Parts: sequence; C-alpha cells; structure tokens
Amino acid sequence: MTQDSASQDYESSLARSDNNVASFARTHTPIQTIQHVLHGNPTLVPVIVLLVSIAVFGLVAGDRFFSAFNLTLIMQQVSIIGILAAAQTLIILSAGIDLSVAAIMVLMAVIAGKLSVDLGIPAPISVLIALAGGAAAGLMNGLLVTKAKLPPFITTLGTWSIFYALNLWLSGAQSIRSSDIDTAAPFLKFFGNVIEVGGARITFGVILMVLVFVVLWYMLNKTAWGRHVYAVGDDKEAAELAGIRTDRMLISVYALAGLVCAIAAWASIGRVGSISPQAFYEGNLQSITAVVIGGISLFGGRGSILGALFGALIVGVFQSGLRLAGVDVLWQVFAIGWLIIIAVAIDQWIRKVSA
Amino acid sequence: MTQDPILTGRGLVKHYGRVTALDNCDFDLYPGEVLAVIGDNGAGKSSLIKAISGAVQLDAGEIRLEGKPIQFKSPLEARDAGIETVYQTLALSPALSIVDNMFVGREIVKQGPMGRYLRMLDHKKMEAMAREKLSDLGLMTIQNINQAVETLSGGQRQGVAVARAAAFGSKVIIMDEPTAALGVKESRRVLDLIADVKARGMPIVLISHNMPHVFEVADRIHVHRLGKRLCVIDPKAHSMNDAVALMTGAKTPDEAEAA
Ligand SMILES: Nc1ncnc2c1ncn2[C@@H]1O[C@H](COP(=O)(O)OP(=O)(O)OP(=O)(O)O)[C@@H](O)[C@H]1O
Ligand SMILES: [Mg+2]
Repeated sequence: MTQDSASQDYESSLARSDNNVASFARTHTPIQTIQHVLHGNPTLVPVIVLLVSIAVFGLVAGDRFFSAFNLTLIMQQVSIIGILAAAQTLIILSAGIDLSVAAIMVLMAVIAGKLSVDLGIPAPISVLIALAGGAAAGLMNGLLVTKAKLPPFITTLGTWSIFYALNLWLSGAQSIRSSDIDTAAPFLKFFGNVIEVGGARITFGVILMVLVFVVLWYMLNKTAWGRHVYAVGDDKEAAELAGIRTDRMLISVYALAGLVCAIAAWASIGRVGSISPQAFYEGNLQSITAVVIGGISLFGGRGSILGALFGALIVGVFQSGLRLAGVDVLWQVFAIGWLIIIAVAIDQWIRKVSA
Repeated sequence: MTQDPILTGRGLVKHYGRVTALDNCDFDLYPGEVLAVIGDNGAGKSSLIKAISGAVQLDAGEIRLEGKPIQFKSPLEARDAGIETVYQTLALSPALSIVDNMFVGREIVKQGPMGRYLRMLDHKKMEAMAREKLSDLGLMTIQNINQAVETLSGGQRQGVAVARAAAFGSKVIIMDEPTAALGVKESRRVLDLIADVKARGMPIVLISHNMPHVFEVADRIHVHRLGKRLCVIDPKAHSMNDAVALMTGAKTPDEAEAA
C-alpha cells in the first residue's frame, strides 16, 4: 500500500486554505446585468411593456384612450380571456399546453344555461353543476396526459373537438337569448353587475378575474402544491426522483384548470349577456397568447402567473389603442403577432443566463 | 459483522429492453457501515441503487429492509421508509431555489391558521434549516440561498443534493458519485460528512470511481461487474490495484485472495 500514502498528502494544505467566497471580478456588461435581473423577475418585461404601451397610446390617441372609462372598458374586454389565461398558465407551467380551455368554458356555459333556462333548475345549482363539469373535463385531460401518456398538445386538440361537438349537440347550435336568461335565471349574469366610480365602470367579472389571479398566485408561490407545479414543469424526472408524485400532481393541475375554465364560463354569461355555442372560438389561442406575452415559458417551470394577467392586458391595450388611433383591425392582429414572437425571443434570451 | 444486514438484495434482475443492467445481483448492507460500490462504467451500479430506492422497478429478485421484504413503487415510498438517495443526475429542479429544492416534497407549513387552513409555507424556517445544512457541508460559498439552482456551479449543485440527503435520511443514505464534480476541499467535506453520518450510526452506500476516497471511508467494498456482485473485499486487506484489477476483470477474486 505504498502508492496510497503518496497520494494521501494532497489535502494537507487544506487546513490553511482560504475560506472566502469565490468572488469574480465583475465583468458583467450592462446587457448581462439586465439579463440577470430579468431572469430573477420574469414579470418585469410585461409590466414595462404594459406601462409603455399605455403611455404611448395615451399620447397618440389622447383622452379617448387615457380615460377611466376606456381603461376600465379594456379590463372588461380582457376579463374572460384573462381568466382562461390563468387556467392556461397552470398547464403551461407544468410543461403542458391546453387547447381545450375555451371549449370547456363554452360547454359549461351552455350546460348552466340549458339547465336553468330550459329545465328550470335553480341557477346556483346549475352553476355548481357547471363548475363540477369543468373540473371533470379538466380531469379527463389530466388522466389522458398522465395515465394514457399522451402528449398534452394532442390530447387537448382532441378534447377541444370533443367538447365543441358536445356543446353544439347540447345547444342545438342555438344561442340562449339574453332576455330568456334575465327572466329564468338572472343569477347566471351575476358577474355582469357593475360598480361605477366616476367614469370608471368596474364589472364584477373584472373583480373576479383579479381574484382568480390572486388566489392562484398564492397557491403557486406560497404552498407546497405550487412549488411542485414548477418542479414538475421544470424537470419531471428529477421531480419524481425527488419524491413528488408527478402524475397526481399533473392530474390536479388539469382538473384545477378545468374548474377555472368553468368559472370563466359563469363570468362570460355576465359579460356577453347571451350564451352562444359559437362564442370564443379563438379563446384557446388567445389564452396562450396572453400567457406567452406575459413572459411565461412555453417549456414549463418558469414565469409568474401575474405575467399572464399583464399579457392579457397588453393585448387589450393594443387592440383598444390601435382602434382609437384609427388603425385598421388587420394591423391590430399584425401587432399581436409580433408581440408573441418578440416575447418568445426574450424568453429564450433570458433562459441563456445559466449557460 | 455478526449482526443481520439492514438492507439485502437477492437475485436482482433488471432489463432495459435488450440491455441487462442487473443480472442476478446480490447486495448486503450492514448496520452502521460504509459500503462502497465500485465498478466500470455501465456495470450496473446506478441501476442497483435505483432499484433499491424505488426509481426503477425490478424484473425479478427480492429486497429486504430490516428483514422485511420491500417493493417501492416510487422514490417517495423509499424516502418515507427512511432511505435517502443522492442520484448521479442529482434530481434537482434547475429553476427552483436552493431552499425549494432541499425541501421539495417535505415542505414545512407555517404554524397557526395561515398554515392550517391556507397551507402557507414557512419560508423563514426552511431557509434557516437549509442554511444550517449547507454550512455543515462548508457550502456557504453560495451567496444567496434563494438563488435558482441553475445559477450554481456543478459542484455546488452536487453539494445541495448531498446536503438534502444527509439532512433527511433516517435509515440508509445512498450516494451515487457524490464527489464526481467536487473540488478537493468540497470532496473533503463530503468525506467528513460521510464519517459524521456513520458516527450517528447510519449506514451509507457510496458509489465512487475515486479509489483514494473509497479506500479512505469504506468498511467494505462491493465490487460490481457485468451487472452482478463479483465479490466483497476488505479495504484493509487489499490494495487499490487489486480493486481496480477485480472490477476491470484483470484478476478473478481467487487470484486476489491468493495475492
Ligand atoms: N434508462 C435506461 N434505458 C436503457 N438502458 C439503460 C438505462 N439506464 C441504464 N441503462 C443501461 O444499463 C447498464 C447499466 O447502467 P448503469 O447506469 O447502472 O451503470 P453504472 O454502473 O452506474 O455506470 P456509471 O459508472 O457510468 O455511472 C448500461 O449498459 C446502460 O446503458
Ligand atoms: Mg452510474
């Protein structure tokens, strides 16, 4: 064992070793510093974009844009897509995607409407059934993704069609008229109630949207469940080895997202007035747009749910601002397209921070 | 070793498709000992410990913990049974903070109504505990305990994974190459930590390619070759050369005994 003793010695100088923290000369360029700050605060970009766009449209379109009435109108306009974006965020944080959110919402609105308007079931009970239905629809997505091991994109592409077809069948492709809801079940329109302060018109639906975001933000950031959503979305295999029951976790995420879609359904009746089976056909993609513009990574595990709220508001501000500035609708669509691409490019750039 | 083993494996078999990773492998760990597992790349060392920790499911064979047959379906079940593992891949979530990673799956909830009804996490307490565990490992070169794991160096990440296992293990701690990415100083801390854990009476399984480390801390050395246990040698009676010769197939166990 003579060769061992020779190799024993390399540690003897450790006792005198320097215990200082490894500190490197600060060679960060300003750009790198920005990159680091954004890495730590992924919501900063959407907040800045939102504030700048409000300021710019305020200058361009003047008081018509920058009035309490118009700003609160924007909030009303984004409230439904905003709630759907909250549901979408849950799924995307878990490294999935849900193409069926709007389909679940419309189906549940139709179910609640049919139950109360056609069958005379008390509105609160219809609402509860719709909420349970939303959770069940989400559960179905979750089981297909985890137990049948299908990719979320394909799963929800399929359930989107399935829920949409069910919705057309149940509704007979007919809208439920606003006046019928008023007589049979005004409770369904609860979230259409308005609080007016000066020129500002805050609907209960807007308050609901903010509440949904606050509650989900709390769950994602202050509870173990939320940390696990991030862990699973970040690296599912590592999360499993670290002791998370990843399948159960994902199922709960999809079911909760379905429930949130059903909450959006209730709010949508108040916002739209009638219940149309054809409404919100682009809602799935609009919710993804809000999430992406909100700085939440499509690869999962990164971003704050508040980003999705800002993302939805940015879209609303652009649409309103461009319209009031007299720009053709097609250029609104054009602008949103660029916003999506820029947002994803920024996300990719921020993620390089650790490389 | 007159005691009964705390952990045994008999006839363990694991196939990945056509690859045989474990071929009728046996395994014994005695109370209070440090058992090193050595073997070539691809010999099946990681597969062996993954089978024990519930990360992979065996095709055949029986594992017993304290004499009772166990069949962990997930790493969580092994963890609940007191077996804590540092995986070769570390099993950390890059985007989560050091604290979040250390407490993942066993977060501490606040006392009082906020914790009871709203499940609010006690971040302060977890931070303090994490800081303590990391200082034990001399890993306070980490500036901010809330920084994302992906912003740490490879060695620092390994330190976090080791600290997590050492902090929570209660019956057995398994470490799959815990010093592979560590510097001289940090490796020394991990070896000292292994000695500490052993002093607490807890047995450790250490997989390592580093022969000086193995010969320093191990009570017995399990030589793994071609998916099974070739032999168990006593580090005091054998040289590192013998160990390397055995694990590479240059010598048979009989020749090693004769030498
Ligand atoms: N998930 C997997 N799928 C397919 N084959 C695998 C898988 N994991 C391991 N193997 C194969 O099983 C065999 C044993 O691998 P294992 O990781 O247990 O080796 P090891 O002894 O830990 O090696 P190393 O020293 O390189 O870590 C190898 O041939 C490997 O290719
Ligand atoms: Mg290995």
